[in-house]
Amino acid sequence: MLKKLFQPFFDGLLTHNPSFVLLLGMCPLLATSTSVANGVGMGLSATAVLICSNIVISILRKLIPNQIRIAAYIVVIAGFVTAVEMIIHAFLPSLYASLGLFIPLITVNCIILARAEAFASKNGVFASAMDGLGMGLGFTGALFIMSTIREVLGNGTFLDFPLFGENFPAATLMVLPVGGFLTLGLVIAAIQKLRADGFSPYTKLKNHIQSKKTQKEAEQ
Amino acid sequence: MSFTEIFGLALSAILIENFVLVKFLGICPFLGVSKKTETAAGMGVAVIFVMTVASAFTFAVDKFLLRPFKLEYMQTVAFILVIAALVQFVELFMQKALPALHKSLGIYLPLITTNCAVLGVALLNAQNYADSFIASLVYGASAAVGFTLAIVLFASIRERLEFADYPKCFEGFPIALVSASLLAMAFMGFQGMKIF
Repeated sequence: MLKKLFQPFFDGLLTHNPSFVLLLGMCPLLATSTSVANGVGMGLSATAVLICSNIVISILRKLIPNQIRIAAYIVVIAGFVTAVEMIIHAFLPSLYASLGLFIPLITVNCIILARAEAFASKNGVFASAMDGLGMGLGFTGALFIMSTIREVLGNGTFLDFPLFGENFPAATLMVLPVGGFLTLGLVIAAIQKLRADGFSPYTKLKNHIQSKKTQKEAEQ
Repeated sequence: MSFTEIFGLALSAILIENFVLVKFLGICPFLGVSKKTETAAGMGVAVIFVMTVASAFTFAVDKFLLRPFKLEYMQTVAFILVIAALVQFVELFMQKALPALHKSLGIYLPLITTNCAVLGVALLNAQNYADSFIASLVYGASAAVGFTLAIVLFASIRERLEFADYPKCFEGFPIALVSASLLAMAFMGFQGMKIF
């Protein structure tokens, strides 16, 4: 029972990670991963929008006519994005300045519309909220990995904290657009390599559960 | 606006501040619809059309509806609605008037609604060129031309990648991203150029 309730959460976080496995929402992933603070700020804002929009769309799923559903979803999403934008503007002005255009552009983040269409419009409120949380944190995690690599290599810092001292020859290229494409390409290649070698947290978990089950059956 | 200013604005939007490779806008179609040069060019033409018309419409909405009533904070919602309606309208119009073109662009048209380059250009216009209709229009059109240039170049590279010999784990997106990064590096050469 508990597993069923939280399944959407883990699916979003790991096995169906929106950025590294489903390859959705690439623009903010590449553009805002120049520093860890930016990346995590972007990830959490998108998560907030994703949870709220998933909940509302799941509540309204029987009221929205099929023909205009995409437009209806976009309006719901844009409303929450505007709210999040105003909150960030008021309380985190430096984050607002550095993310700039990409806060309103959360509206057209494919992850959010894809989850509305593929999950929230077909599932209950709690499952949709869990899916939003999992997908959002999966996206945040991807941004965290990307931005850590780029900030450490491109700037020699982590969260603006210098790691290697004064003489570190920072590869500025990594914080430029070039580094964004390159880092994402190499990270996805590494993940594909790991999966091809049969390593995946999900299969490990599955094997673990399977072995427990057979153990139980043997005992019976 | 003088001709040189317009020329400079267009050139900087196409090359120096290329939407895809420098600003990271419109990456989804850039990666998704770039397996073949023809489809990439089709997508590019559709985007040029929608972005130019969207720049004009969002300019009007911004200037005559939002600003007089001090509703600037509604820009995101208003613009995305205008774009969604516009894309729908363009699709219906093409279906009736230009069935051949509609057939070849068919599947890409609805996708443009969620192309962040379109909403991005509307928001950038409202930020930078809120007073000049011509500047908004030129910026929208030339940003779209920049998008088309990037996606067509990238598609022709990807066609060649089919025959390249690279490690197996790079298959699909990773090798495409690595070549996109090399293309972005080439476009870095335009950085620092100023026309006027």
